[in-house]
Amino acid sequence: MATVFKRPESLTDAKFHYCPGCTHGIIHRLVAECLDEMNIREKAVGICPVGCSVLAYEYFNCDMLEAAHGRAPAIATAIKRLKPDCFLFTYQGDGDLASIGMGEIVHASARGEKISVFFINNTLYGMTGGQMAPTTLLGQVATTCPYGRKVENEGYPVKMAELLAGNEGSAYISRVAVNSPANVVKAKKAIKKAFETQAKGLGFSMVEILSTCPTNWGLNPVDAMKWMEDNMIPYYPLGEFKVKEGK
Amino acid sequence: MNKVLMKGNEALAEGAILAGCRGFFGYPITPSSEIAEYMARKLPKIGGIFVQAESELAAINMVYGGASTGTRVMTASSGPGLSLKQEGISFISEAELPCLIVNISRGGPGLGGIQPSQGDYFQATRGGGHGDYHTMVLAPASTQEMMDFAILGYELADRYRIPVVIMAEGTLGNLMEPVIVRDEVTNFVEKPWAISGCQGRKPNIVNTLHLTAEELEGRNRHLFSKYEDIQMNEKRAETFMVEDADIVVVAFGLLARVIKRSVIDARKHGVKAGLIRPMTLWPFPDEHIKAVTDTCKVILSMEISMGQMIQDIRLAAEGRVPVEFYGRIGFLPNPEELTREILAVAERKGL
Ligand SMILES: Cc1ncc(C[n+]2csc(CCOP(=O)(O)OP(=O)(O)O)c2C)c(N)n1
Ligand code: SF4
Ligand SMILES: [Mg+2]
Repeated sequence: MATVFKRPESLTDAKFHYCPGCTHGIIHRLVAECLDEMNIREKAVGICPVGCSVLAYEYFNCDMLEAAHGRAPAIATAIKRLKPDCFLFTYQGDGDLASIGMGEIVHASARGEKISVFFINNTLYGMTGGQMAPTTLLGQVATTCPYGRKVENEGYPVKMAELLAGNEGSAYISRVAVNSPANVVKAKKAIKKAFETQAKGLGFSMVEILSTCPTNWGLNPVDAMKWMEDNMIPYYPLGEFKVKEGK
Repeated sequence: MNKVLMKGNEALAEGAILAGCRGFFGYPITPSSEIAEYMARKLPKIGGIFVQAESELAAINMVYGGASTGTRVMTASSGPGLSLKQEGISFISEAELPCLIVNISRGGPGLGGIQPSQGDYFQATRGGGHGDYHTMVLAPASTQEMMDFAILGYELADRYRIPVVIMAEGTLGNLMEPVIVRDEVTNFVEKPWAISGCQGRKPNIVNTLHLTAEELEGRNRHLFSKYEDIQMNEKRAETFMVEDADIVVVAFGLLARVIKRSVIDARKHGVKAGLIRPMTLWPFPDEHIKAVTDTCKVILSMEISMGQMIQDIRLAAEGRVPVEFYGRIGFLPNPEELTREILAVAERKGL
């Protein structure tokens, strides 16, 4: 019997701990499939964030390091510089990357570090119980903006893909979503393109991936997908923001 | 023998290179910047990596990443920079990664000043960041030791898989002296735990998260059994004229060297003085202190701070002799002032 679907080699057998309907799991799988298809698992080094995906080192079947909150790009910088043949990826949430780690991500991009960043934007702090993130939408309720995010108080949600695309060192920047099969296919293409950008040595690459948090959004998995489509995608438009072509 | 006139900061940087350091990650701050500048000139020419980080937070996390590859890496900073590095030092300690962290100390708190200081003693010897841990702390007293302790620091760091801190007053970083340039280190330990892609082996994981109480307690116990080994084997101190001394001064760093003069001068005034110079601040050489408590009448802690090491001295002396204190802030006192103080304490104690 022909095998038509199997677990990627780049994932371990460990069961994901994510909540039902959380799209962290889909994104893990896409990254792993790309490592498999590009045959780079044995050269890959992944850096986990602090956030719901802090345990990603138990799921990816390659060398892994667990970072302090927000510092993954600095760690990846050093490993890539010292081991240029390795493929470095960081996997970071929006609190991790866009709040406490804003300095590290902006400078890794500005320096054109040859690393690939997978940025999981679920509009809040999942792990700590649904507090506001820099990416929380205007009007959205979170435990630390219980009356809805207001411009006067919390300012505007940060658009990381647009921000980093402005850096000369950024070679590939895109935003994707995982709310439909068609979008999942596009997300995988973007992830692969990020790794290819690194393989070609073109510079920094980041894929911002719009992701769900049904638990803290207070929605069931299906409604969460719909909420992402109706609320996130209009504010965080999908597409490629920077594509440096190789020579 | 190759003797070269060098500044303390340069000697330390050159020592690190001789020991095989191939990655430097730092952020400029007086009086440590010359180490970064030296590394920026030298490392790219010998296949090493120099990155000026965007902050000390980033720099220490680059050290975290760099050390995880098994490469000998380092950072150097001072006061406010060391404070920012504490997050990373806690992680590196728990992940048991060897590296060198240099504190060319200036005065605080706050922005303080750029004058020499020993006020980071507590921060360095008590761990400094969150959680139960220690780093090893070496305190050089000469330009030669700046080089030698960099080499020793890497050896200890690799042997015990621990971050090693070198703490030297700002003045020592700038002090120019002839240095015997040591041979390049050629024997290195294997690092099967290092991260560099899992070709031909199972994936390696560098991690500091331990969610269950059992696992976390196990990790802490593991670290502390290692610290016990270090305390057993690695305490270092220089003693000077302590055998017959009535008053034993304890001081570290460049200050201790100045005090040697004062000890000799005090003896000319008829006061039998001696000196213990801790070369490792952690592990603290408490046995050297204990050894003089049967013979001396008083111990005098001299520090460029409001009095921090004195607590370790008192713990070591176990109340057997009184421990007095003399400290100044922001500068290295001259030998005359220190002699006067030794004589004053001797008089108060009726020696
Ligand atoms: C220095 C520090 N500050 C705060 C925390 C607590 N903390 C843990 S996870 C987290 C937020 C994670 O949110 P995000 O990055 O969006 O990831 P998600 O859980 O949503 O995937 C915070 C604030 C921490 N571990 N370390
Ligand atoms: S809290 Fe949210 S982000 Fe975290 S696992 Fe659950 S659904 Fe996913
Ligand atoms: Mg989040």
